[in-house]
Amino acid sequence: MSGTQALPSHRWRPSGRKARAILWQGLALAVLAGGGAWLAINTMSNLEERRIGSGFGFLERPASIPIAETLIAYAPGDANLHAVAVGLLNTLLVTVLGIVLATVLGTVVGVARLSRNWPLARVTGLYIELARNVPITVHLLLWYALLQGLPAARSAISLGGTAFLSNRGLVLPAVGMPGGWLPLLAAVGVAAGLAFALHRLAARRQRWSGRRPLVWPWAAGLLLGLPACALAVQGAWPTVTLPQLKGFNFAGGTTISPELTALTLGLVVYFAAFIAEIVRGGILAVSPGQWEAGVALGLDRRRILRLVVIPQALRLIIPATTNQYLNLTKSSSLAIIIGYPDLVTVINSIITDTGQAIECIGLIMAAFLAVSVSISLLMNWFNSRMKLVER
Amino acid sequence: MWGRTLIISGLLAAGLAITGTPAQAGPVFDRVKAQNNLRCGVGGSIPTFSRLDDKGEWSGLDVDYCRAVAAAVLGDPKRVSFVPLTLQQRFTALQSGEVDLLARDSVVNLTRDASLGVISVAANFHTGAGFIVRRDSKVTTIDDLKGATFCISQGNTALQNLADTMKSRGADYKVVQLERFQDTFRAFLSGRCDAAIAGAADLAGAQVTMAPNPADFVVLEQLMSNDPYSLYVARGDWEWFTVVRWVHNALVEAENRGINQANVREIAASSTDVTVRRMLGSDDNLGGLLGVQKDWVVKIVESVGNYGEIYDRHFGAKSLVKMPRGLNNVAAKGGLLYSPPFN
Amino acid sequence: MTKTLVLPAPPPTSLGQGMLVRLRAACFDSAAGTVTTVMVAVLVAALGAWLADWAVLRAVWSTPPGDAALCRAPGAGACWAVVAEKHRFLLFATYPYEEQWRPALACIVLVVLCVASGFRRSWTRWLAARWLMVGWLAGLTTIAVLMWGGVLGLPHVSQERWGGLPVTLLLAVFGIAIAFPLGVLLALGRRAEDLPVIRWLCVGYIELIRGVPLVSMLFMASFLLPLFLPSGLTVDKLVRALVAFSMYASAYLAEVVRGGLQSVPRGQHEAAMALGLGYWRATVLVILPQALRRVIPPLVNTFISLFKDTSLVLVIGVFDLLNAGKAAIVDPVWQAFGFEMFLAVSAIFFVFCWSMSTYSRRLEDGFGNPRGR
Repeated sequence: MSGTQALPSHRWRPSGRKARAILWQGLALAVLAGGGAWLAINTMSNLEERRIGSGFGFLERPASIPIAETLIAYAPGDANLHAVAVGLLNTLLVTVLGIVLATVLGTVVGVARLSRNWPLARVTGLYIELARNVPITVHLLLWYALLQGLPAARSAISLGGTAFLSNRGLVLPAVGMPGGWLPLLAAVGVAAGLAFALHRLAARRQRWSGRRPLVWPWAAGLLLGLPACALAVQGAWPTVTLPQLKGFNFAGGTTISPELTALTLGLVVYFAAFIAEIVRGGILAVSPGQWEAGVALGLDRRRILRLVVIPQALRLIIPATTNQYLNLTKSSSLAIIIGYPDLVTVINSIITDTGQAIECIGLIMAAFLAVSVSISLLMNWFNSRMKLVER
Repeated sequence: MWGRTLIISGLLAAGLAITGTPAQAGPVFDRVKAQNNLRCGVGGSIPTFSRLDDKGEWSGLDVDYCRAVAAAVLGDPKRVSFVPLTLQQRFTALQSGEVDLLARDSVVNLTRDASLGVISVAANFHTGAGFIVRRDSKVTTIDDLKGATFCISQGNTALQNLADTMKSRGADYKVVQLERFQDTFRAFLSGRCDAAIAGAADLAGAQVTMAPNPADFVVLEQLMSNDPYSLYVARGDWEWFTVVRWVHNALVEAENRGINQANVREIAASSTDVTVRRMLGSDDNLGGLLGVQKDWVVKIVESVGNYGEIYDRHFGAKSLVKMPRGLNNVAAKGGLLYSPPFN
Repeated sequence: MTKTLVLPAPPPTSLGQGMLVRLRAACFDSAAGTVTTVMVAVLVAALGAWLADWAVLRAVWSTPPGDAALCRAPGAGACWAVVAEKHRFLLFATYPYEEQWRPALACIVLVVLCVASGFRRSWTRWLAARWLMVGWLAGLTTIAVLMWGGVLGLPHVSQERWGGLPVTLLLAVFGIAIAFPLGVLLALGRRAEDLPVIRWLCVGYIELIRGVPLVSMLFMASFLLPLFLPSGLTVDKLVRALVAFSMYASAYLAEVVRGGLQSVPRGQHEAAMALGLGYWRATVLVILPQALRRVIPPLVNTFISLFKDTSLVLVIGVFDLLNAGKAAIVDPVWQAFGFEMFLAVSAIFFVFCWSMSTYSRRLEDGFGNPRGR
């Protein structure tokens, strides 16, 4: 009825146009409101009829479910809200692990795919085709079936006597710190900050004088020295406890469960293939002239890549990769099919417990929207920074 | 301007579609009769209660209950659509009317009866939350399971039993929760866990039908709870509730009186016992009070047998499980099952 | 890593390049290249040898029915016997055994229709397009008759018994067929700048759906849809999965279509207006054909990912291909051979997705020049 933005509005049937627009939008709103009200009324009467309570009060009530893996302390009897938080943290853990590892693997594979080396290019190409043409659900089930096929705890595969691989997961030595990790972490943080500042300083000096002062020995010294000082001051060393088979399970180690492993592996292997294609596309899209220009300036290959090609490729890579990050985040909800206690799995259990399906599914959606929006904002910020660097 | 006409007619059609949907409001009972079909929510993964075989045939105790209800209400045990539901979906499916009846080895508890919009109809199986372990693990009591890892399905009430039991013993433990019982049990078989947890009867069924070598496993005698399983219906249709409850009573009473699949027709025709004749609809029309056919009990027993026959087929002598009747026997033989009088 | 990074190799120019020269350029161009080649070769050889040993040499291809003893024997490799024994269940799940030729035929019809629609001539030539539409109508009727039966002497098979590959294909095809027009409308709505209300509704819908996982949409369809509808009105599980899936797909398709709409120069619209066409006629006859043509490759890519996404319906218990595979290994005999079963499932998905992506790549090459015909 109405024109699109493509048309200067006053030139096309000036009279009644606005009225029509208002009419249509009013109608759309009315239909929407009507439909919404209809659904709401149905829902209310259904809830009433079936005596299902509503509201978020259940979040305060104690949860009865144990959760297998928790990043924060949790025990059955804590509030449902607490259980949700545990699930959310697990989702975030998998998401962050997945994004970091998939990015690393994807970049390596994407670059290798472009290699002049024929075997390398072919092998990586084969991997990409195999990985991305099979649904992520199948990836997860395959990995989980594979991990279930590992030997039982009693006959675990020993990795040099310090780590053990079995169908209970990978048991690594536990590293503890008497007196807490805080001083050490703080030292590392300060050292990293100082090293970054040095780098910036050097960059500024370079822009000024064309000469870049030697920074890395200082930075390395800082990064090693400060934490060492912190350890010395604290007077304690981190303790390492080796896992030992005791009774049913390994005692004294940190266990990475097969569920977490399968989920992370599945997500990484699947999404790395997509990221690799994006990286490849991004690098291919930088015109060969840029390489030639770099060579003409007397830069070596690494510098051309780092200073000329990658910044330009990133412009294309970042938005596409952001999409993959969002997909990965959403796909982490498939934890439910292999039993990793992520947000969806935990909330699903709470639904059984309390019957509050509407609230719970709303909660899942809201949480994922929040995570998605955060990732988008972060990547947009990163993208805009990259754009500045490019100039 | 045909574009506008198109939209308007589209909107009108949509509006009509919304308002004109045949809202078959009304009790579940009417709907079942109107559609001449019973939609029965079952588990679908535990062989003794309900399972679909490769050829698409359903079998199990819960399945027989669905068939019994269909036989009573519709006169034909085949008029059932089985809807496999996960533990999480089951009550929502019942609340929303996706299924008419839930026969899914579901434990009765207060929360469910009081706040989920559903109501338990009749306890048709008595068991408790138990453990299955590997025989060579030498575990015989719950106390031996300190520090163990347990496999359990999401949404199983035994989860709560486990939390309470282990807490009272001050024991450490780990859980692996999978969505379906079949996945849970497979994880246990592969050695992911030291024990799997579910109703003891479910575990016994799984042991013989899902484990490659049943003798390698043992279900602990010690239980964490005493749980009656019940049929569930949605709140609100009390006629329907009553029918389902009395189908259960009929199955129990038939066993109590020695009426079985083979002899039910004959007894209905020739019995001189007034109570039996009334129950089988030979004289009185009790079925009419419930809103079903006069010979409803005959139809039930004819199609699935009495409670004892159902038990024997899936748990007892005629099954692989060979579990003693125990509490699941009629009261006269020391069990917990009895029926109120058919008067 | 950086050492091996180069520009795409220029096409071989000199005529005299022999095999050896090319081989050298491809594998041993430098010390690093040689090392890489050797490493890759060793890796491939080791993996390939292991794979050949496990999947072929030591594999168990068939066993006596219902007996997996051969697969359990020490030293046995892949147990393909599980796939051999359960292939009917995997493909058609609980569809009545004697009638399984019907879903098989339905799948073939559906695939043939999709392939026929893939030929460019089918949508550039009016006559061909008309025949295609007739073909679809006839094909869908055939499929409905085959799957449901109840006519022509075919016994009726209720929807609960459907499963396996036909469910996956039907979900994908119908999901996309429903989602596509919806996606076009959403994309148009999102671009309607002088209708701010409609525009924001469309933006809200698209962004909301794209922000949440498909699993939560399926949960909504499974748990909540029944609560939203008037009591007594219930919808089949498969249909509910389809509704959720179409809603999900429409948001993603809308974004692809929007990209196409943006690429149509505004002059096209002005020209259409100058011809006296109204908004809808201008859109349908002038703008959309151009916009859609430009986004065919990304559309096909979206179809591929949606096709893969159909496998998520297993979380609400719909018996698609993957769920049938899962159910097939409940059998105690085959309990331990899930890996082989899932490999079979991935092989089936791979064949479909890989054909589609190869097709899409062809199109991309063909469409490199938008005017290229």
